[in-house]
Amino acid sequence: MKTIHRKLLRDLGRLKGQVAAIAVVIAAGVMTLILAVTNLESIQHSQQRFYEEQRFADVFVALTRAPESVSERLGAIPGVNRVETRIRAGIRLEVPGYSDPVRGQLHSIPDGRQPDINALYLREGSLPEPGRSDQVAISEPFAEAHDLRAGDRLTAIINGREERLTVSGIALSPEWIYQIGPADILPDYERFAVLWMNRRAVANAFDLDGAFNSAVFTLQAGADAEPVIDAIDEILAPYGGIGAHDRDDQLSHRFLEEEIDQLRVMAVMLPTIFLGVSAFLLSVLMGRIIRTQRQAIAVLKAFGYSNRDMALHYGALTGIVVLVGAVAGVLMGGWAADHLVQVYLEYFRFPELDARIAPRYILLGVAVAGGAAALGTWRAVRRAVSLAPAEAMRPPAPETFKQGWIERSRLGRLLDQSTRIILRNLARHRFKATLSALGIGLSAALMLVGSFQFGAVDKLFDTQYRLVQKSDVILHFTDPTPERSLNELMHVPGVQFAEGFRNVPVRLINEQHDYRTSIQGMDTEPRLLGLIDKQHRPISLPPEGLLLTDFLADHLQLRPGDPLTVEILEGHRRTLEVELAGVVSEPLGVSAYMERRALNRLMREGPAISGAWLLTDNARNDELFDALWDVPRVASIGLIGDAERRIREYIADTVLVTMGFLLLLAGSIAFAVVYNNARIAFAERERELATLRVLGFTRAEVSWILIGELALITLIAIPVGWLMGTGFALALSEAMAMDMFRIPFVISVQTYAFSALGVVVATILSLLLITRRLYRLDMVSALKTVE
Amino acid sequence: MQATESVNKEVIFSTRGLTKVYRMGEVEIHALRGVDMELYAGELTVMLGASGSGKSTLLNILGGLDSATDGVVRYGEQNLVRAGEKVLTSFRRDHVGFVFQFYNLISSLTARENVAIVTEISRNPMRPEEALELVGLKERMDHFPSQLSGGEQQRVAIARAIAKRPAVLLCDEPTGALDSKTGIRVLEAIEHINRELNTTTAVITHNQVIGEMADRVIQLSDGRVSDVHVNDSRKSPRELHW
Ligand SMILES: Nc1ncnc2c1ncn2[C@@H]1O[C@H](COP(=O)(O)OP(=O)(O)OP(=O)(O)O)[C@@H](O)[C@H]1O
Ligand SMILES: [Mg+2]
Repeated sequence: MKTIHRKLLRDLGRLKGQVAAIAVVIAAGVMTLILAVTNLESIQHSQQRFYEEQRFADVFVALTRAPESVSERLGAIPGVNRVETRIRAGIRLEVPGYSDPVRGQLHSIPDGRQPDINALYLREGSLPEPGRSDQVAISEPFAEAHDLRAGDRLTAIINGREERLTVSGIALSPEWIYQIGPADILPDYERFAVLWMNRRAVANAFDLDGAFNSAVFTLQAGADAEPVIDAIDEILAPYGGIGAHDRDDQLSHRFLEEEIDQLRVMAVMLPTIFLGVSAFLLSVLMGRIIRTQRQAIAVLKAFGYSNRDMALHYGALTGIVVLVGAVAGVLMGGWAADHLVQVYLEYFRFPELDARIAPRYILLGVAVAGGAAALGTWRAVRRAVSLAPAEAMRPPAPETFKQGWIERSRLGRLLDQSTRIILRNLARHRFKATLSALGIGLSAALMLVGSFQFGAVDKLFDTQYRLVQKSDVILHFTDPTPERSLNELMHVPGVQFAEGFRNVPVRLINEQHDYRTSIQGMDTEPRLLGLIDKQHRPISLPPEGLLLTDFLADHLQLRPGDPLTVEILEGHRRTLEVELAGVVSEPLGVSAYMERRALNRLMREGPAISGAWLLTDNARNDELFDALWDVPRVASIGLIGDAERRIREYIADTVLVTMGFLLLLAGSIAFAVVYNNARIAFAERERELATLRVLGFTRAEVSWILIGELALITLIAIPVGWLMGTGFALALSEAMAMDMFRIPFVISVQTYAFSALGVVVATILSLLLITRRLYRLDMVSALKTVE
Repeated sequence: MQATESVNKEVIFSTRGLTKVYRMGEVEIHALRGVDMELYAGELTVMLGASGSGKSTLLNILGGLDSATDGVVRYGEQNLVRAGEKVLTSFRRDHVGFVFQFYNLISSLTARENVAIVTEISRNPMRPEEALELVGLKERMDHFPSQLSGGEQQRVAIARAIAKRPAVLLCDEPTGALDSKTGIRVLEAIEHINRELNTTTAVITHNQVIGEMADRVIQLSDGRVSDVHVNDSRKSPRELHW
């Protein structure tokens, strides 16, 4: 081995603690990068492939009923490639041995064959045989949740009639990658099923012979969806069409796209933070190495080593740190990607999804880490390269120090010598001290953002389930039903109170902005649904006019008092002008609210309701559900308490795991920054500290000089971190605000305390490691070495 | 007198009108103000002069560590004043050995490795062990600088400088940091090299006494050569006392 390489290895050996600390931060950066890009690619790839192979529709429309002959006119719309008409309906299911209500979304498929659009991917068994009306294909997650296999039996209540069905196969559909029930916030595979049956059987059950109530379209390559949607709406208006939409409004597609967007943000943000910090740490480390090796560099140059040799030598030092970090990052990234994909597969149902790390991502990870390191170290290395060999002839000049303003002040005169040394050192290395404080602050900020989510999400559900959604059960009817059926509900055993609501699907329009949602018509003073403002104060429902969720009002660019257009998508389609009476603030979903009678008047109907909220006696649940299913025209029964439990579980599963992971990484940054600083400060001061020991200072006094400086930096870093973290949290809660949920911007005292504690613990840990060195400080050898 | 000598001896280095000006903001410091001098093949030259007289500056320029402001430095056919970084690097690599006042050994390398790091990049070096034997340190080869005394470290530095068989050996106050006894051992090593390998050698010192071991003593004052004295006979370092 060449001697210069041996020097490299010895340098690395001497610095192994720091090298390891920096490598960990680099590894974290590379890992998050690989994790995000690998998952991003595997999801996008699976999505694209699944969409293509199963011919996922481009445009979707629901309607009340249209004769099959209309499909020809739909197919003739310019830009349409294919039309597939079908019947879709909500049904109830009973699974043997399972007592909770189960909702189903039933789709027709052409008798005995695959549809042209949104074809099924069969995991097991087969499609229903042609001509059979008692066979059904069911969705995979539902089958898994109840351990159903082909050949097993189910009971369905289809349009009020009980039907015994046999499972013919288990399937996946590009329409249901994210399989979530209507009006649900989260997938619930036990209580929501997707099913496919032969068209004739479904048509018979729903009296839709020779007719359809849903259609999907594929477009010709390059065709624009807008004019097609307009043409469809025009053709289907007389048939109760509820407005066609493209993939952007298709629920499963939208969730998937949102996930992809989040992965994209993660792919950029996290690696940037970690690699930025590692670049800083490397620049400090290399700066220090090159400063102390000035003489060695000059000597080597004096003996004929070229500038290039020097650049390579110190470049290799950085390169090895990067390589160690990158390799660890790639390995961890690969391992984590595998696990994350399992989490994704639980929520996104693709036929297959595997996270194979493509070699180009490994290259990308190494290149990005190398780039960051190069950015951090090029200054130091350039200093080594440009150092004049004549430097070897000169002893190093003492650093220049000044008296700072603190010392000159009255207070300053009281300071002891050690504290003076600390202050001067900090002032002398102002730039480095600032960057260190920023680095530590950054990790405090990351911890703050991480733990902020725990508290904020908790707060979100508290608000939603204590202040907004106060009912235990939500019940939907198949059609608008006279108000008096509430009396009947009140008498169902287990029901303590019932409150009716009217629900009308609409499109809200303000100039070029529009949004599909539904208007909830409610009692003037609803007891089971709370309307609250930003400060959680109750808002009363105005007798006329519309209340909107503030997020939706912003989206539509509306302010209270503004008029807006409401396009009613139920029954006879009409367009009305309504005034925005005010806004409400709720963390989940977006809604429009109106006084129920006012809504009934708009709909030109009597006092009808679409469903009811119930307060129930939990002890009598079984009895209650049996009885509720016997109430005529009940389409679905939702359990709010269950929903809350499930959504909290989901958050615990995914968000909190991700955040816990972030906390760990943030802790590693704090540790790496403090430890690195401590080691460098120690190396730079070793002679000075040894001299002080020789002059009679105690170990404790000498330790204070070093520890005091580092502790002071951490103390400064904490408020800096709080400030940055608060900013991050605000940015995050705004960036993540979407129509499905909005994380409130509340940071608790505990959150602040926790992030401070994190960096304090990391600081103490790394200082303990340094104290060991301080206690072993050998005065003689420290004074002898001239580096 | 000088004329006769230039007939007998080959000139290795010669400088004409060599000047060096350091600019520090507004202030100009004239470190060299027109130096004319020669170094002859195989000779041991001692350069004397008060502190600040320009000795180190001159030596650095001769060794290609620094560039002159004006004038000519002739090494064989080359004018080093006009040479670029590449030429200077290979000049240092192949022709010059340096010994510094503060030894400047690389602390993470052993004595042998400190020599090897130089021999590995030269064309026709001796083995590191051989070089260390020449300075009498064969037994301490595998020790790190922190395990050696100042004099021993300086002898390692000399071994490092001569291991590549340089044409010239330039020493800037090699005994400056040493007591007289240790200093004499170091000077012995330098003289031994000069005799054994016939290496042209220049030694900078403050110490008049050291001049007695030289073939020739060049006196610098205030950036100029003020005197050149040729000794009739060289004293051995052992005979010197200070
Ligand atoms: N890098 C520099 N910048 C500015 N001035 C310098 C520099 N190096 C040397 N000088 C000045 O040039 C002059 C000559 O310096 P030089 O180091 O050559 O003296 P010297 O004879 O070697 O002195 P000493 O015996 O103290 O080593 C001095 O006045 C010195 O201050
Ligand atoms: Mg000098």
